[in-house]
Amino acid sequence: MNNITFTLNGKTASYDGSATDRLLDALRDIYGMTSVKCGCKEGECGACAVLLDGTLINSCCVAMGAVEGSTVVTLEGYRETERFAVLDKAFASVSAVQCGFCIPGMVLAAESVLAKNPKPTEAEVRDGISGNLCRCTGYNAIVNAILIASKEGNGLW
Amino acid sequence: MEKISQSVVKKDHADKMSGKSTYVGDYSNEGVLTGRMLRSKVARAKLLSVNVPELPEGYCYIDRNDVQGDNNVNIVMDDTPVYARETVEYIGEPIGMVCGPDRAVCEDILSRIEVKYEELEPVLDIKKAETVFFNYEYEKGDIAKAFAEADKVYEEEFSTGYQEQAYLETQGMMAVPEEDGRIFVHGSLQCAYYVHGAVMRALGCKPNEVHILQDVTGGGFGGKEAFPSILGCQVAVAAKKIGKPVRCVFDRREDLEFTSKRHPSLCKYKVAVKNGKVTAMDIDVKFNAGAYTTLSAVVLQRGIICADGVYNVENLHVHGRAMKTNTTPSGAYRGFGAPQTFFAVEMMMDHIAKDLGITSLEFKEANLVKQGDATSTSGIYHFPVPLPDMIDEIDKACDYRRKHEGYSKQQIGRYRKGIGMSLYFHGAGFTGSGERDHIKAVAKLHKYADGSVEILASNGEIGQGLRTTFPKIVANELNLPLDKVFYNHPDTARVPDSGPTVASRSLMTVGELLRRAAIKLRESWIDGEEQTVEERYKEPDFIIPFYIDKFRGDAYPTYAWGACALEVELDTYTGISKVLGAYGAFDVGTPADWNIVMGQMEGGFLQGIGYASIESMNYDDKGRIRNNSFSDYLIPTAVDVPNLKCMMHVEKYPNGPYGAKGAGELPLVGAPGAYVEAVEQALGNEYRLHHAPFTAEDTILALSGKEEKR
Repeated sequence: MNNITFTLNGKTASYDGSATDRLLDALRDIYGMTSVKCGCKEGECGACAVLLDGTLINSCCVAMGAVEGSTVVTLEGYRETERFAVLDKAFASVSAVQCGFCIPGMVLAAESVLAKNPKPTEAEVRDGISGNLCRCTGYNAIVNAILIASKEGNGLW
Repeated sequence: MEKISQSVVKKDHADKMSGKSTYVGDYSNEGVLTGRMLRSKVARAKLLSVNVPELPEGYCYIDRNDVQGDNNVNIVMDDTPVYARETVEYIGEPIGMVCGPDRAVCEDILSRIEVKYEELEPVLDIKKAETVFFNYEYEKGDIAKAFAEADKVYEEEFSTGYQEQAYLETQGMMAVPEEDGRIFVHGSLQCAYYVHGAVMRALGCKPNEVHILQDVTGGGFGGKEAFPSILGCQVAVAAKKIGKPVRCVFDRREDLEFTSKRHPSLCKYKVAVKNGKVTAMDIDVKFNAGAYTTLSAVVLQRGIICADGVYNVENLHVHGRAMKTNTTPSGAYRGFGAPQTFFAVEMMMDHIAKDLGITSLEFKEANLVKQGDATSTSGIYHFPVPLPDMIDEIDKACDYRRKHEGYSKQQIGRYRKGIGMSLYFHGAGFTGSGERDHIKAVAKLHKYADGSVEILASNGEIGQGLRTTFPKIVANELNLPLDKVFYNHPDTARVPDSGPTVASRSLMTVGELLRRAAIKLRESWIDGEEQTVEERYKEPDFIIPFYIDKFRGDAYPTYAWGACALEVELDTYTGISKVLGAYGAFDVGTPADWNIVMGQMEGGFLQGIGYASIESMNYDDKGRIRNNSFSDYLIPTAVDVPNLKCMMHVEKYPNGPYGAKGAGELPLVGAPGAYVEAVEQALGNEYRLHHAPFTAEDTILALSGKEEKR
């Protein structure tokens, strides 16, 4: 059986497990990407969201077989980028991080929103993160943070 | 704004933002056994036998026979077993645990274990329940006289459902046998010393033979107050027996079905009104406690103490009971018994106002308590009651009075609007003399030779900001830069017992201990030396002693106050009520950090709106909770309440640090009263609603029938 080959945070990764294994489990257990959280394992909460070929997906609902030849970005990779630095500062400025469990998925959702639309309206931001549950903040601070990042990150997205 | 209120970058921001924080599920799997629960499939039965198949090497089955100490989890009472005794009392009750290196193999073993039950008839209906776990009653004034002299007497019944905390990180605990023979238990928890006491008892060991660390915790909201004591005992028993680390992290479905949630309630109100004022209330409160007592005693106490709301009711009789049913044990959740009774009393006031032909708000204002009035338990509201100003703030923010008048006129067409307001408080800190008699908090500061200061306390950062606000207080008193003061997650081996992370007490009570400790350290500061100072809780002098047997005295030293309005647009075709605006005014004293406290207000308020509207959970005729996923139990997303505005009204509390009072729970408490009142108004003047949550399905039922009309 051939291994599954994909790019993980810029590096080539080879997976020798089953094609039906969950991307979430492989990321956490095999590759040590523990920023990727398991909140429900059925695609409802967004805590395990990662970027698959630039698209925000719930990694609990993706089989490893579907990852062959693709590019996967988790927060471990994304946190090294300039865009992350802007989001980091924006989230800090409004204390948008409480328990932190939704944050890795939320940050990648923010990236996904801004990559598609660098100057989103508040409604567009809310819509873009509506697949990511947060139980702590009531979302206002997170939405504000993303709008601040949109403003401050002039030209980055 | 006070200097202390100026926001800083939270101390745990960088690690959480970059995904580097280690939650209990994030520790390496290397050498760690996974625990999976064998759970009861029936709600009530005698356990006849458990037949475990031959286990592969490295796998182990643990049950009550393996409990080294006492098979009772120490919570308030001791009736919750570590592993089921001769009977099972609810669906999902842990009978045993299979531990081993591979989770899938554990699951396979579980599926092959045969459990023989002798089934008994379960008690599922709170109205038919006979076992009363807790029964409290108190009164003041002369209610018989007040009812006899009343212009009119009103009687109604209200109910509320479960609410699940839905912290994003499910319950998870891990136990590690250490080389020196100690057992190290760590995980997602609020109260390290509660777990310490419970594990000590289950293992039958001395205090220094076990220590508990709070890991980074992905939300609690009360759900990780008592439950981690149970799970902590279960993994500790297994790890001790096997001699290897054992970790159990719940699936979401397991967590939704089998961990504690807010008590469903049934409240009967009989109210006497004379000359437009409430003269008496006779209130009967029943909480569905589930199968074991866990925290029901204290949840019920708080619930019945605030059953008369924010109103000056001179003649009062309150009877409260926590009933046993064969269901998942209910427990702590933000608000702790108060949201249930506040919902009932707010709806009751609204319905009486409608009968009197005045607005709900006018009737409430005419009956408000004020500073110096007696509390329900014959204590005193020692400090100003800022509700009138807060009502004005809400009115200004959303044009409440005008909208309320407009929406009360006959509406036609598919979409109809309504607005409602609810008024409430949250008693700050533990109920009664708990702080003085049971907790006896101790907090310490340790100064290192380099001048940095470590806070030693047992309160857990669960997202509410304690790792930042505690150091802010200490740094402020010591005139140190904030990076010189730090607060790590508590490990009972290193920190004194400053009490649990509950009851909106941490900042107000322990924060004040730390402030006093910092003053002590400042006054004894010697450069270059290591120094430790300690502070102990002292009850404020003004408090009228509280007697729990009589429910008499100051149940709380002070109160956080709340007023909120919800404006909805109801779609009569779908039943869906869109929230057009949510407006909250909250007095939690001086914010220890503006952004952090605002985050608590917004997050708590949205949880309350969820509780009022979409968070519906129930069990079937077998006692099984059906809403066990985020597809069937909905919590608010970012698009559900886009217009949520919170305002802070600061009424300083002299005995809290810089004037701070309890904050975390308040914003949730009053949302159901405001939301259901708004939906009721949108439905039309003939409607009288009596339960929360009030879902889209309930709206369709109300529109199609007569049962919700007066």
